[in-house]
Amino acid sequence: MMLQKFKRDAKGFIFEGLTLASALIIIAILVVMLVVIIIGGKDMFTWEFLSTFPTDGMTKGGIFPAIFGTAMLVIIMSIAAVPFGTITAIYLTEYAKENSIIAKSIRFAVRTLAVIPSIIYGLFGLGFFIKFVGTGMDNVFLGGQLKWGQPNILWASLTMALLTLPVVIVSVEEALKTIPRELREASLALGATKWQTIRKVVLPGSFSGIMTGTILAVSRGAGEVAPILFTGAAYYLATLPGSLSDQFMVLGYHIYIMATQSANVDQTLPIQFGTTLVLLLLTFSLNFTAVILRYRIRKKRIA
Amino acid sequence: MKNIKIHTENMYLYYGSKMALNNISIDIPENKVTALIGPSGCGKSTFLRSLNRMNDLIDSVKIEGNILLDGINIYDKNIDVVSLRKKVGMVFQKSNPFAKSIYENIAYGPRINGINNKSELNDIVEKSLRNAAIWDEAKDRLHDSALGLSGGQQQRLCIARTLAVNPEIILMDEPASALDPISTSKIEELIVQLKENYTIVIVTHNMQQAARISDNTAFFYLGELIEYNKTKKIYTNPDKKQTEDYISGRFG
Repeated sequence: MMLQKFKRDAKGFIFEGLTLASALIIIAILVVMLVVIIIGGKDMFTWEFLSTFPTDGMTKGGIFPAIFGTAMLVIIMSIAAVPFGTITAIYLTEYAKENSIIAKSIRFAVRTLAVIPSIIYGLFGLGFFIKFVGTGMDNVFLGGQLKWGQPNILWASLTMALLTLPVVIVSVEEALKTIPRELREASLALGATKWQTIRKVVLPGSFSGIMTGTILAVSRGAGEVAPILFTGAAYYLATLPGSLSDQFMVLGYHIYIMATQSANVDQTLPIQFGTTLVLLLLTFSLNFTAVILRYRIRKKRIA
Repeated sequence: MKNIKIHTENMYLYYGSKMALNNISIDIPENKVTALIGPSGCGKSTFLRSLNRMNDLIDSVKIEGNILLDGINIYDKNIDVVSLRKKVGMVFQKSNPFAKSIYENIAYGPRINGINNKSELNDIVEKSLRNAAIWDEAKDRLHDSALGLSGGQQQRLCIARTLAVNPEIILMDEPASALDPISTSKIEELIVQLKENYTIVIVTHNMQQAARISDNTAFFYLGELIEYNKTKKIYTNPDKKQTEDYISGRFG
Protein backbone atom coordinates (compact mmCIF):
# COMPACT_ATOMS: atom_id res chain seq x y z
CA MET A 1 0.00 0.00 0.00
CA MET A 2 2.56 2.50 1.14
CA LEU A 3 4.92 1.66 -1.66
CA GLN A 4 2.17 1.99 -4.24
CA LYS A 5 1.21 5.37 -2.90
CA PHE A 6 4.80 6.47 -2.91
CA LYS A 7 5.21 5.37 -6.53
CA ARG A 8 2.07 7.18 -7.54
CA ASP A 9 3.09 10.37 -5.79
CA ALA A 10 6.55 10.20 -7.30
CA LYS A 11 5.14 9.84 -10.80
CA GLY A 12 2.84 12.76 -10.22
CA PHE A 13 5.70 14.81 -8.86
CA ILE A 14 7.96 14.05 -11.81
CA PHE A 15 5.29 14.89 -14.31
CA GLU A 16 4.46 18.14 -12.60
CA GLY A 17 8.14 19.03 -12.63
CA LEU A 18 8.33 18.23 -16.33
CA THR A 19 5.43 20.52 -17.18
CA LEU A 20 6.91 23.31 -15.09
CA ALA A 21 10.30 22.86 -16.72
CA SER A 22 8.93 23.13 -20.24
CA ALA A 23 6.95 26.21 -19.26
CA LEU A 24 10.09 27.79 -17.83
CA ILE A 25 12.07 27.01 -20.99
CA ILE A 26 9.56 29.08 -22.97
CA ILE A 27 10.14 32.03 -20.68
CA ALA A 28 13.89 31.54 -20.87
CA ILE A 29 13.86 31.57 -24.67
CA LEU A 30 11.89 34.80 -24.70
CA VAL A 31 14.11 36.43 -22.12
CA VAL A 32 17.33 35.44 -23.90
CA MET A 33 15.98 36.67 -27.20
CA LEU A 34 14.90 40.01 -25.77
CA VAL A 35 18.05 40.54 -23.77
CA VAL A 36 20.31 39.83 -26.74
CA ILE A 37 18.36 42.12 -29.02
CA ILE A 38 18.07 44.91 -26.49
CA ILE A 39 21.74 44.79 -25.54
CA GLY A 40 22.79 44.65 -29.17
CA GLY A 41 20.41 47.32 -30.37
CA LYS A 42 20.06 49.78 -27.51
CA ASP A 43 22.97 51.99 -28.52
CA MET A 44 21.55 52.27 -32.03
CA PHE A 45 18.18 53.34 -30.78
CA THR A 46 18.62 57.05 -31.32
CA TRP A 47 16.56 59.66 -33.06
CA GLU A 48 19.22 59.94 -35.69
CA PHE A 49 19.04 56.22 -36.46
CA LEU A 50 15.27 56.40 -36.77
CA SER A 51 15.13 59.54 -38.85
CA THR A 52 17.95 59.35 -41.39
CA PHE A 53 18.75 57.47 -44.56
CA PRO A 54 21.42 54.77 -44.76
CA THR A 55 24.80 56.11 -45.79
CA ASP A 56 28.20 54.81 -46.86
CA GLY A 57 26.88 51.89 -48.90
CA MET A 58 24.41 51.04 -46.15
CA THR A 59 27.16 50.42 -43.61
CA LYS A 60 26.22 53.49 -41.64
CA GLY A 61 23.30 55.87 -41.16
CA GLY A 62 19.72 55.25 -40.20
CA ILE A 63 16.74 53.24 -41.29
CA PHE A 64 14.14 55.93 -41.87
CA PRO A 65 13.11 54.73 -45.36
CA ALA A 66 12.53 51.22 -44.01
CA ILE A 67 10.32 52.55 -41.19
CA PHE A 68 8.44 54.78 -43.60
CA GLY A 69 8.03 51.93 -46.09
CA THR A 70 6.78 49.56 -43.41
CA ALA A 71 4.23 52.13 -42.28
CA MET A 72 2.99 52.76 -45.81
CA LEU A 73 2.85 49.03 -46.46
CA VAL A 74 0.63 48.30 -43.46
CA ILE A 75 -1.59 51.33 -44.07
CA ILE A 76 -2.34 50.42 -47.68
CA MET A 77 -2.65 46.80 -46.66
CA SER A 78 -5.21 47.67 -43.96
CA ILE A 79 -7.23 49.83 -46.31
CA ALA A 80 -7.59 46.76 -48.50
CA ALA A 81 -7.81 43.96 -45.96
CA VAL A 82 -9.99 45.41 -43.19
CA PRO A 83 -13.12 46.34 -45.16
CA PHE A 84 -12.85 43.24 -47.29
CA GLY A 85 -12.32 40.97 -44.28
CA THR A 86 -15.05 42.65 -42.25
CA ILE A 87 -17.57 42.29 -45.02
CA THR A 88 -16.66 38.64 -45.47
CA ALA A 89 -17.03 38.06 -41.74
CA ILE A 90 -20.42 39.77 -41.77
CA TYR A 91 -21.53 37.53 -44.58
CA LEU A 92 -20.36 34.43 -42.74
CA THR A 93 -21.94 35.22 -39.38
CA GLU A 94 -25.02 37.17 -40.38
CA TYR A 95 -26.17 36.03 -43.78
CA ALA A 96 -24.79 32.62 -44.69
CA LYS A 97 -26.66 29.63 -43.37
CA GLU A 98 -24.42 27.86 -40.89
CA ASN A 99 -24.11 24.60 -42.77
CA SER A 100 -24.63 25.76 -46.33
CA ILE A 101 -22.11 24.67 -48.92
CA ILE A 102 -21.07 28.25 -49.59
CA ALA A 103 -20.40 29.04 -45.93
CA LYS A 104 -18.45 25.83 -45.52
CA SER A 105 -16.46 26.57 -48.66
CA ILE A 106 -15.62 30.08 -47.47
CA ARG A 107 -14.54 28.83 -44.06
CA PHE A 108 -12.45 26.13 -45.67
CA ALA A 109 -10.85 28.72 -47.96
CA VAL A 110 -10.11 31.06 -45.05
CA ARG A 111 -8.53 28.26 -43.04
CA THR A 112 -6.48 27.15 -46.03
CA LEU A 113 -5.35 30.70 -46.82
CA ALA A 114 -4.18 30.99 -43.23
CA VAL A 115 -1.80 28.03 -43.54
CA ILE A 116 -0.37 28.72 -46.98
CA PRO A 117 3.36 29.49 -46.59
CA SER A 118 3.98 33.18 -47.00
CA ILE A 119 6.48 32.74 -49.82
CA ILE A 120 3.66 31.32 -51.91
CA TYR A 121 1.73 34.54 -51.38
CA GLY A 122 4.78 36.30 -52.73
CA LEU A 123 4.77 34.15 -55.84
CA PHE A 124 1.06 34.62 -56.25
CA GLY A 125 1.45 38.39 -55.94
CA LEU A 126 4.15 38.32 -58.59
CA GLY A 127 2.08 36.20 -60.96
CA PHE A 128 -1.29 37.76 -60.35
CA PHE A 129 -0.80 41.40 -59.40
CA ILE A 130 2.37 42.19 -61.31
CA LYS A 131 2.31 39.94 -64.35
CA PHE A 132 -1.43 39.71 -64.84
CA VAL A 133 -3.07 42.85 -63.42
CA GLY A 134 -0.10 45.22 -63.68
CA THR A 135 1.06 44.23 -67.14
CA GLY A 136 -2.57 44.16 -68.22
CA MET A 137 -3.04 47.73 -66.99
CA ASP A 138 0.11 48.82 -68.78
CA ASN A 139 -1.06 47.28 -72.02
CA VAL A 140 -4.56 48.68 -71.81
CA PHE A 141 -3.90 52.17 -70.42
CA LEU A 142 -0.30 52.96 -71.24
CA GLY A 143 0.13 51.24 -74.58
CA GLY A 144 2.58 48.73 -73.19
CA GLN A 145 4.78 51.25 -71.42
CA LEU A 146 6.13 49.66 -68.23
CA LYS A 147 4.69 51.22 -65.11
CA TRP A 148 2.45 48.88 -63.15
CA GLY A 149 3.85 45.61 -64.47
CA GLN A 150 6.74 45.67 -62.02
CA PRO A 151 7.13 45.40 -58.25
CA ASN A 152 5.76 48.35 -56.30
CA ILE A 153 4.25 49.26 -52.95
CA LEU A 154 0.68 48.79 -54.16
CA TRP A 155 1.14 45.20 -55.28
CA ALA A 156 3.20 44.41 -52.20
CA SER A 157 0.50 45.83 -49.93
CA LEU A 158 -2.25 43.95 -51.72
CA THR A 159 -0.26 40.72 -51.51
CA MET A 160 0.22 41.35 -47.80
CA ALA A 161 -3.51 42.10 -47.51
CA LEU A 162 -4.26 38.63 -48.85
CA LEU A 163 -1.93 37.11 -46.29
CA THR A 164 -3.52 38.98 -43.38
CA LEU A 165 -7.09 38.57 -44.58
CA PRO A 166 -7.69 35.38 -42.58
CA VAL A 167 -6.56 37.16 -39.41
CA VAL A 168 -9.06 39.94 -40.01
CA ILE A 169 -11.88 37.59 -40.95
CA VAL A 170 -11.42 35.37 -37.93
CA SER A 171 -11.14 38.25 -35.42
CA VAL A 172 -14.15 40.07 -36.79
CA GLU A 173 -16.14 36.87 -36.96
CA GLU A 174 -15.35 36.16 -33.33
CA ALA A 175 -16.36 39.67 -32.37
CA LEU A 176 -19.64 39.42 -34.27
CA LYS A 177 -20.40 36.14 -32.56
CA THR A 178 -20.07 37.72 -29.12
CA ILE A 179 -23.10 39.90 -29.84
CA PRO A 180 -25.87 37.94 -28.12
CA ARG A 181 -28.72 36.63 -30.21
CA GLU A 182 -31.07 38.42 -27.82
CA LEU A 183 -29.82 41.81 -28.98
CA ARG A 184 -30.32 40.94 -32.62
CA GLU A 185 -33.81 39.70 -31.79
CA ALA A 186 -34.59 42.84 -29.81
CA SER A 187 -33.69 44.95 -32.80
CA LEU A 188 -35.59 42.81 -35.28
CA ALA A 189 -38.62 42.70 -33.00
CA LEU A 190 -38.72 46.50 -33.10
CA GLY A 191 -39.14 46.33 -36.84
CA ALA A 192 -35.54 46.87 -37.80
CA THR A 193 -34.36 45.23 -40.98
CA LYS A 194 -31.47 42.84 -40.90
CA TRP A 195 -29.13 45.46 -42.33
CA GLN A 196 -30.26 48.07 -39.79
CA THR A 197 -29.66 45.53 -37.06
CA ILE A 198 -26.16 44.81 -38.32
CA ARG A 199 -25.30 48.46 -38.77
CA LYS A 200 -26.74 49.82 -35.53
CA VAL A 201 -26.41 46.96 -33.07
CA VAL A 202 -24.01 44.31 -34.30
CA LEU A 203 -21.21 46.41 -35.81
CA PRO A 204 -20.96 49.01 -33.01
CA GLY A 205 -20.77 46.15 -30.53
CA SER A 206 -18.02 44.55 -32.58
CA PHE A 207 -15.89 47.65 -32.92
CA SER A 208 -13.27 46.34 -30.51
CA GLY A 209 -13.02 43.11 -32.46
CA ILE A 210 -12.62 44.90 -35.76
CA MET A 211 -9.91 47.12 -34.31
CA THR A 212 -8.20 44.13 -32.74
CA GLY A 213 -8.30 42.27 -36.04
CA THR A 214 -6.83 45.28 -37.79
CA ILE A 215 -4.01 45.68 -35.34
CA LEU A 216 -3.16 41.99 -35.34
CA ALA A 217 -3.13 42.06 -39.14
CA VAL A 218 -0.89 45.11 -39.13
CA SER A 219 1.45 43.51 -36.66
CA ARG A 220 1.64 40.39 -38.80
CA GLY A 221 2.07 42.41 -41.98
CA ALA A 222 4.82 44.54 -40.48
CA GLY A 223 6.89 41.48 -39.70
CA GLU A 224 6.44 39.36 -42.82
CA VAL A 225 9.05 39.55 -45.54
CA ALA A 226 8.41 36.72 -47.96
CA PRO A 227 5.24 38.10 -49.59
CA ILE A 228 6.91 41.36 -50.53
CA LEU A 229 10.23 39.96 -51.74
CA PHE A 230 9.06 39.70 -55.33
CA THR A 231 6.32 42.25 -55.21
CA GLY A 232 7.83 45.53 -54.11
CA ALA A 233 10.49 45.53 -51.42
CA ALA A 234 13.72 47.19 -52.47
CA TYR A 235 17.30 46.59 -51.42
CA TYR A 236 18.13 50.23 -51.26
CA LEU A 237 16.40 53.41 -52.38
CA ALA A 238 17.75 56.91 -52.17
CA THR A 239 14.25 58.38 -51.99
CA LEU A 240 10.99 57.58 -50.26
CA PRO A 241 8.20 56.05 -52.35
CA GLY A 242 6.24 58.95 -53.83
CA SER A 243 3.48 57.01 -55.54
CA LEU A 244 1.81 53.64 -55.50
CA SER A 245 3.92 52.52 -58.41
CA ASP A 246 7.20 53.05 -56.53
CA GLN A 247 9.19 50.42 -54.72
CA PHE A 248 9.92 50.79 -51.03
CA MET A 249 12.21 49.68 -48.26
CA VAL A 250 10.90 47.71 -45.32
CA LEU A 251 12.26 46.74 -41.89
CA GLY A 252 12.13 42.97 -42.12
CA TYR A 253 13.79 42.87 -45.52
CA HIS A 254 16.35 45.40 -44.38
CA ILE A 255 17.42 43.06 -41.58
CA TYR A 256 17.71 40.21 -44.06
CA ILE A 257 19.89 42.09 -46.55
CA MET A 258 22.02 43.58 -43.82
CA ALA A 259 22.70 40.13 -42.47
CA THR A 260 23.28 38.35 -45.76
CA GLN A 261 23.93 40.73 -48.63
CA SER A 262 26.01 43.40 -47.02
CA ALA A 263 29.59 43.90 -48.13
CA ASN A 264 30.70 43.78 -44.54
CA VAL A 265 28.34 41.88 -42.33
CA ASP A 266 30.32 42.41 -39.16
CA GLN A 267 30.43 46.13 -39.65
CA THR A 268 26.66 46.33 -40.11
CA LEU A 269 25.94 44.20 -37.07
CA PRO A 270 24.81 47.17 -34.93
CA ILE A 271 22.44 48.24 -37.71
CA GLN A 272 21.00 44.75 -37.80
CA PHE A 273 20.45 44.76 -34.07
CA GLY A 274 19.00 48.26 -34.16
CA THR A 275 16.61 47.43 -36.97
CA THR A 276 15.54 44.23 -35.23
CA LEU A 277 14.87 46.17 -32.05
CA VAL A 278 12.77 48.71 -33.93
CA LEU A 279 10.76 45.99 -35.66
CA LEU A 280 10.26 44.16 -32.39
CA LEU A 281 9.14 47.30 -30.58
CA LEU A 282 6.76 48.06 -33.42
CA THR A 283 5.07 44.66 -33.35
CA PHE A 284 5.05 44.54 -29.55
CA SER A 285 3.48 47.94 -29.22
CA LEU A 286 0.89 47.07 -31.86
CA ASN A 287 -0.07 43.90 -30.04
CA PHE A 288 -0.07 45.73 -26.75
CA THR A 289 -2.40 48.35 -28.21
CA ALA A 290 -4.68 45.58 -29.41
CA VAL A 291 -4.84 44.13 -25.92
CA ILE A 292 -5.50 47.51 -24.28
CA LEU A 293 -8.14 48.40 -26.82
CA ARG A 294 -9.93 45.11 -26.39
CA TYR A 295 -9.88 45.53 -22.64
CA ARG A 296 -11.07 49.14 -22.66
CA ILE A 297 -13.97 48.62 -24.98
CA ARG A 298 -15.00 45.48 -23.19
CA LYS A 299 -15.03 47.36 -19.92
CA LYS A 300 -17.04 50.16 -21.44
CA ARG A 301 -19.58 47.72 -22.74
CA ILE A 302 -20.11 46.19 -19.32
CA ALA A 303 -20.24 49.50 -17.45
CA MET B 1 -65.46 37.10 -27.05
CA LYS B 2 -65.73 40.33 -28.95
CA ASN B 3 -63.04 41.77 -31.22
CA ILE B 4 -60.68 39.01 -32.26
CA LYS B 5 -57.18 40.35 -32.81
CA ILE B 6 -55.34 37.16 -33.64
CA HIS B 7 -56.92 34.08 -35.07
CA THR B 8 -55.04 30.90 -35.84
CA GLU B 9 -56.49 27.99 -37.66
CA ASN B 10 -55.10 24.49 -37.93
CA MET B 11 -51.62 25.76 -37.40
CA TYR B 12 -48.73 23.31 -37.43
CA LEU B 13 -45.08 24.10 -36.86
CA TYR B 14 -42.14 21.83 -37.53
CA TYR B 15 -38.48 22.05 -36.56
CA GLY B 16 -37.09 20.05 -39.45
CA SER B 17 -39.19 16.91 -39.35
CA LYS B 18 -40.12 17.25 -35.69
CA MET B 19 -43.58 18.59 -35.06
CA ALA B 20 -43.58 21.28 -32.37
CA LEU B 21 -47.10 22.65 -32.71
CA ASN B 22 -49.96 20.38 -33.58
CA ASN B 23 -53.13 21.84 -35.00
CA ILE B 24 -53.41 25.04 -33.00
CA SER B 25 -56.64 26.96 -33.44
CA ILE B 26 -57.15 29.88 -31.11
CA ASP B 27 -58.81 33.29 -31.02
CA ILE B 28 -56.98 35.99 -29.11
CA PRO B 29 -59.20 38.96 -28.22
CA GLU B 30 -58.24 42.59 -28.53
CA ASN B 31 -57.28 44.61 -25.43
CA LYS B 32 -57.09 41.57 -23.22
CA VAL B 33 -54.27 39.71 -21.59
CA THR B 34 -54.00 36.17 -22.88
CA ALA B 35 -51.72 33.87 -20.95
CA LEU B 36 -50.05 30.82 -22.45
CA ILE B 37 -49.16 28.25 -19.85
CA GLY B 38 -47.77 24.74 -19.89
CA PRO B 39 -44.64 22.80 -19.00
CA SER B 40 -41.27 23.55 -20.62
CA GLY B 41 -40.99 22.42 -24.20
CA CYS B 42 -44.76 22.36 -24.73
CA GLY B 43 -44.59 24.83 -27.60
CA LYS B 44 -45.98 27.95 -25.97
CA SER B 45 -42.90 30.08 -26.65
CA THR B 46 -42.68 28.69 -30.16
CA PHE B 47 -46.29 29.66 -30.68
CA LEU B 48 -45.65 33.15 -29.33
CA ARG B 49 -42.68 33.63 -31.63
CA SER B 50 -44.79 32.62 -34.60
CA LEU B 51 -47.02 35.63 -34.02
CA ASN B 52 -44.33 38.15 -34.99
CA ARG B 53 -42.53 35.71 -37.28
CA MET B 54 -39.49 35.58 -35.05
CA ASN B 55 -39.25 31.91 -36.00
CA ASP B 56 -38.28 33.04 -39.49
CA LEU B 57 -34.78 33.44 -38.08
CA ILE B 58 -34.48 29.68 -37.62
CA ASP B 59 -33.83 28.00 -40.92
CA SER B 60 -35.38 24.64 -40.12
CA VAL B 61 -38.78 25.98 -39.06
CA LYS B 62 -41.73 25.25 -41.29
CA ILE B 63 -45.23 26.51 -40.59
CA GLU B 64 -48.53 25.27 -42.00
CA GLY B 65 -52.01 26.60 -41.49
CA ASN B 66 -53.15 30.17 -40.98
CA ILE B 67 -52.31 32.90 -38.53
CA LEU B 68 -54.55 35.88 -39.10
CA LEU B 69 -53.96 39.29 -37.60
CA ASP B 70 -56.99 41.52 -38.07
CA GLY B 71 -58.11 38.98 -40.63
CA ILE B 72 -54.89 39.10 -42.66
CA ASN B 73 -52.63 36.08 -42.95
CA ILE B 74 -49.26 37.16 -41.60
CA TYR B 75 -47.48 34.35 -43.42
CA ASP B 76 -48.80 35.52 -46.78
CA LYS B 77 -46.14 36.14 -49.39
CA ASN B 78 -47.07 39.82 -49.64
CA ILE B 79 -46.63 40.50 -45.94
CA ASP B 80 -43.70 42.71 -45.04
CA VAL B 81 -42.15 41.11 -41.96
CA VAL B 82 -40.61 44.39 -40.87
CA SER B 83 -43.91 46.23 -40.69
CA LEU B 84 -45.54 43.20 -39.09
CA ARG B 85 -42.98 43.37 -36.29
CA LYS B 86 -43.65 47.06 -35.78
CA LYS B 87 -47.25 46.13 -35.22
CA VAL B 88 -46.48 43.12 -33.04
CA GLY B 89 -43.90 44.05 -30.44
CA MET B 90 -42.05 41.59 -28.28
CA VAL B 91 -40.58 41.56 -24.79
CA PHE B 92 -38.13 38.77 -24.09
CA GLN B 93 -37.44 36.57 -21.12
CA LYS B 94 -34.02 38.02 -20.49
CA SER B 95 -34.02 41.78 -20.53
CA ASN B 96 -31.96 42.76 -23.55
CA PRO B 97 -31.29 46.49 -23.64
CA PHE B 98 -28.78 47.66 -26.23
CA ALA B 99 -25.39 48.83 -24.97
CA LYS B 100 -26.55 52.40 -25.48
CA SER B 101 -28.01 55.07 -23.24
CA ILE B 102 -31.52 54.76 -21.86
CA TYR B 103 -32.60 57.47 -24.27
CA GLU B 104 -31.03 55.79 -27.28
CA ASN B 105 -32.61 52.47 -26.39
CA ILE B 106 -36.07 54.00 -26.56
CA ALA B 107 -35.26 56.15 -29.58
CA TYR B 108 -33.91 53.16 -31.50
CA GLY B 109 -37.27 52.02 -32.87
CA PRO B 110 -38.57 55.48 -33.80
CA ARG B 111 -35.24 56.31 -35.44
CA ILE B 112 -35.29 53.25 -37.69
CA ASN B 113 -38.79 54.33 -38.65
CA GLY B 114 -37.31 57.59 -39.85
CA ILE B 115 -38.18 59.86 -36.92
CA ASN B 116 -35.18 62.10 -36.37
CA ASN B 117 -36.79 65.25 -35.08
CA LYS B 118 -35.28 65.93 -31.68
CA SER B 119 -38.37 67.20 -29.90
CA GLU B 120 -40.53 64.48 -31.39
CA LEU B 121 -38.06 61.89 -30.17
CA ASN B 122 -37.94 63.51 -26.74
CA ASP B 123 -41.71 63.24 -26.52
CA ILE B 124 -41.73 59.60 -27.57
CA VAL B 125 -39.00 58.75 -25.09
CA GLU B 126 -40.78 60.42 -22.20
CA LYS B 127 -44.18 58.99 -23.09
CA SER B 128 -42.83 55.47 -23.53
CA LEU B 129 -40.93 55.57 -20.27
CA ARG B 130 -43.98 56.93 -18.46
CA ASN B 131 -46.23 54.27 -19.93
CA ALA B 132 -43.78 51.60 -18.87
CA ALA B 133 -43.71 53.05 -15.35
CA ILE B 134 -40.01 53.73 -15.34
CA TRP B 135 -39.93 57.46 -16.05
CA ASP B 136 -39.36 58.49 -12.45
CA GLU B 137 -36.42 56.17 -12.10
CA ALA B 138 -34.92 57.04 -15.46
CA LYS B 139 -35.61 60.71 -16.02
CA ASP B 140 -32.43 61.97 -14.37
CA ARG B 141 -30.17 59.51 -16.13
CA LEU B 142 -31.54 59.33 -19.65
CA HIS B 143 -28.09 59.58 -21.16
CA ASP B 144 -26.49 57.00 -18.91
CA SER B 145 -25.96 53.47 -20.12
CA ALA B 146 -29.06 51.33 -19.94
CA LEU B 147 -26.88 48.52 -18.69
CA GLY B 148 -26.53 50.36 -15.37
CA LEU B 149 -30.19 49.78 -14.55
CA SER B 150 -31.30 46.92 -12.32
CA GLY B 151 -32.79 43.79 -13.88
CA GLY B 152 -36.35 44.85 -13.21
CA GLN B 153 -35.72 48.35 -14.51
CA GLN B 154 -34.08 46.94 -17.60
CA GLN B 155 -37.12 44.84 -18.31
CA ARG B 156 -39.44 47.83 -17.96
CA LEU B 157 -37.06 49.72 -20.23
CA CYS B 158 -37.46 46.94 -22.78
CA ILE B 159 -41.21 47.27 -22.49
CA ALA B 160 -40.87 51.04 -22.97
CA ARG B 161 -38.69 50.41 -25.99
CA THR B 162 -41.40 48.21 -27.44
CA LEU B 163 -44.07 50.83 -26.73
CA ALA B 164 -42.02 53.46 -28.54
CA VAL B 165 -42.75 51.93 -31.93
CA ASN B 166 -46.44 52.05 -31.15
CA PRO B 167 -47.41 48.41 -31.61
CA GLU B 168 -50.93 47.02 -31.42
CA ILE B 169 -49.95 43.74 -29.86
CA ILE B 170 -47.24 43.02 -27.30
CA LEU B 171 -45.91 39.51 -27.01
CA MET B 172 -44.20 38.73 -23.74
CA ASP B 173 -42.05 35.66 -23.30
CA GLU B 174 -41.81 35.05 -19.55
CA PRO B 175 -41.00 38.70 -18.95
CA ALA B 176 -40.68 38.38 -15.17
CA SER B 177 -39.12 34.98 -14.78
CA ALA B 178 -35.67 36.38 -14.02
CA LEU B 179 -36.89 39.06 -11.62
CA ASP B 180 -37.33 39.38 -7.89
CA PRO B 181 -40.87 39.51 -6.42
CA ILE B 182 -41.04 43.31 -6.17
CA SER B 183 -39.89 43.83 -9.74
CA THR B 184 -42.26 41.09 -10.83
CA SER B 185 -45.25 42.76 -9.22
CA LYS B 186 -44.32 46.04 -10.91
CA ILE B 187 -44.25 44.31 -14.27
CA GLU B 188 -47.57 42.64 -13.54
CA GLU B 189 -49.22 45.94 -12.62
CA LEU B 190 -47.84 47.39 -15.77
CA ILE B 191 -49.23 44.59 -17.93
CA VAL B 192 -52.70 45.11 -16.49
CA GLN B 193 -52.47 48.84 -17.27
CA LEU B 194 -51.17 48.24 -20.76
CA LYS B 195 -54.09 46.10 -21.85
CA GLU B 196 -56.24 49.21 -22.10
CA ASN B 197 -54.33 50.15 -25.20
CA TYR B 198 -52.67 46.98 -26.33
CA THR B 199 -53.45 43.35 -26.87
CA ILE B 200 -51.12 41.29 -24.74
CA VAL B 201 -50.08 37.68 -25.15
CA ILE B 202 -47.86 36.43 -22.37
CA VAL B 203 -46.05 33.16 -21.86
CA THR B 204 -45.51 32.38 -18.22
CA HIS B 205 -44.35 29.53 -16.06
CA ASN B 206 -45.81 31.17 -13.04
CA MET B 207 -49.35 29.94 -12.64
CA GLN B 208 -50.29 32.48 -10.01
CA GLN B 209 -49.08 35.17 -12.34
CA ALA B 210 -51.29 33.92 -15.14
CA ALA B 211 -54.21 33.80 -12.72
CA ARG B 212 -53.55 37.34 -11.47
CA ILE B 213 -53.12 39.19 -14.71
CA SER B 214 -54.76 37.34 -17.57
CA ASP B 215 -58.29 37.40 -18.91
CA ASN B 216 -57.92 34.20 -20.89
CA THR B 217 -55.60 31.29 -20.46
CA ALA B 218 -54.43 28.71 -22.96
CA PHE B 219 -52.90 25.49 -21.70
CA PHE B 220 -50.37 23.91 -24.03
CA TYR B 221 -49.04 20.42 -23.65
CA LEU B 222 -46.71 18.52 -25.98
CA GLY B 223 -47.35 20.91 -28.82
CA GLU B 224 -51.11 20.79 -28.53
CA LEU B 225 -53.54 23.36 -27.27
CA ILE B 226 -55.30 21.32 -24.62
CA GLU B 227 -57.68 23.89 -23.29
CA TYR B 228 -58.42 27.55 -23.84
CA ASN B 229 -60.93 29.53 -21.87
CA LYS B 230 -61.54 32.40 -19.49
CA THR B 231 -58.79 32.38 -16.90
CA LYS B 232 -61.30 32.10 -14.08
CA LYS B 233 -62.84 29.05 -15.63
CA ILE B 234 -59.48 27.39 -16.33
CA TYR B 235 -58.37 27.89 -12.76
CA THR B 236 -61.57 26.97 -10.99
CA ASN B 237 -63.26 24.43 -13.16
CA PRO B 238 -61.21 23.24 -16.14
CA ASP B 239 -62.85 20.93 -18.62
CA LYS B 240 -59.86 18.68 -19.16
CA LYS B 241 -58.25 16.50 -16.55
CA GLN B 242 -54.75 17.31 -17.91
CA THR B 243 -55.37 21.00 -17.32
CA GLU B 244 -56.52 20.37 -13.80
CA ASP B 245 -53.50 18.17 -13.09
CA TYR B 246 -51.12 20.81 -14.38
CA ILE B 247 -52.73 23.69 -12.56
CA SER B 248 -52.90 21.82 -9.30
CA GLY B 249 -49.22 21.04 -9.67
CA ARG B 250 -49.50 17.32 -10.20
CA PHE B 251 -47.11 17.46 -13.17
CA GLY B 252 -45.13 19.91 -15.25
